Amino acid sequence: MSQQWPLWEVFIRTKGGLSHRHVGSVHAADPDMAIRHARDTYTRRMEGVSLWVVPSAAITASDPAQAGPLFEPAADKVYRHPTFYTVPDHIKHI
Amino acid sequence: MYTTELQKQAGVTTAEPAELLAAFEARVAADEFIEPKDWMPDAYRRTLVRQMSQHAHSEVVGMLPEGNWITRAPSLRRKAVLLAKVQDEGGHALYLYSATETLGTSREEMIDALHSGRAKYSTIFNYPTLTWADIGAIGWLVDGAAIMNQVPLQRTSYGPYARAMVRICKEESFHQRQGYEIMMALAVGTPEQKRMAQDALNRWWWPSLMMFGPPDDNSPNSAQSMRWRIKRDTNDQLRQKFVDVTVPQAEAIGLSVPDPDLKWHEDTGHYTFGAIDWEEFYAVVRGEGPVARERMQARRKAWDDGAWVRDAATAHAEKRSRRQAA
Ligand SMILES: [Fe+2]
Ligand SMILES: [Fe+2]
Repeated sequence: MSQQWPLWEVFIRTKGGLSHRHVGSVHAADPDMAIRHARDTYTRRMEGVSLWVVPSAAITASDPAQAGPLFEPAADKVYRHPTFYTVPDHIKHI
Repeated sequence: MYTTELQKQAGVTTAEPAELLAAFEARVAADEFIEPKDWMPDAYRRTLVRQMSQHAHSEVVGMLPEGNWITRAPSLRRKAVLLAKVQDEGGHALYLYSATETLGTSREEMIDALHSGRAKYSTIFNYPTLTWADIGAIGWLVDGAAIMNQVPLQRTSYGPYARAMVRICKEESFHQRQGYEIMMALAVGTPEQKRMAQDALNRWWWPSLMMFGPPDDNSPNSAQSMRWRIKRDTNDQLRQKFVDVTVPQAEAIGLSVPDPDLKWHEDTGHYTFGAIDWEEFYAVVRGEGPVARERMQARRKAWDDGAWVRDAATAHAEKRSRRQAA
């Protein structure tokens, strides 16, 4: 009857104050086991202080073919960056 | 290591849109990373699945020759170290299997390919570990050769593979150092211990050189893999590097490399070495290694013996989600 356990994506917070970052995935029958497997697989050398596991099937990713329409419009909006504006050197704290 | 191509490449498909192919080639040539959802040629995907799953299988099978020494390691320290190393190798297999799954193959398919004998793994693990010194020689030479091979793969073109290699490389260096430390201890021990170390070096030297795969002029898929940045150095280049760094390590502890033709050349800064017995290599690839059958039996037994645990966990998860739904 053996059936494949579902896939879980693993995220680790490497230390307090940082956000969780994706590190890889594990197979597990349920969330508790996914945490245990993630711990054994990805934190053997104190790589983290907190783990998230998310069913891989729950993740929606953007389409790489759409990367242009999605991200390129930001490229010509330099005025969103502070360096776009010139302020004389003698003006301080701005 | 396990990263050597051991199977012939399947025919290259031609029915792929030329402009996608050109864009892909350009990205790879510009050292960009390819990610799972990106378009990629079929042959690129197949080559990666084969190479990465072989690599994963080698990590799994690699646990067997060392695992069988954990209870016999000569001290508590050595036991703890060997146990940690073997556990790392299991971890390496898991990083690599999950990276390979991003290419659209399942864990189950890969395990099944290994256990049914369809998939290959590094020939090195089909040699027996006869004495404690073999554990030293494996860490020093086999993990050493693996590192040589794996370091450039941290920049391989497929993102998930490259990221798995970064993790693996970080963990490998203790593997090599603990092996060398074992050899060092034996080399300054009793005459019998030193003989044991020399004997292990004698038996593992040539198989370690074979780990880099067939010579470049007999490695038909290398050029394509290099062009796609799946491989970053040729088999012979890596083998040469390995010989150059390893011979002085042997000499430093008073052991001699079992190669009468080995010669240092001051002018080039490289060693030349004797001919490798490729007949032996291909025989081991064909599954005629001294302990090939034993290795696969051990794998299949572990898998079959664990079936009830996997089934029980599945049943438990199902019961739990039924209860939650109710
Ligand atoms: Fe490894
Ligand atoms: Fe290793």
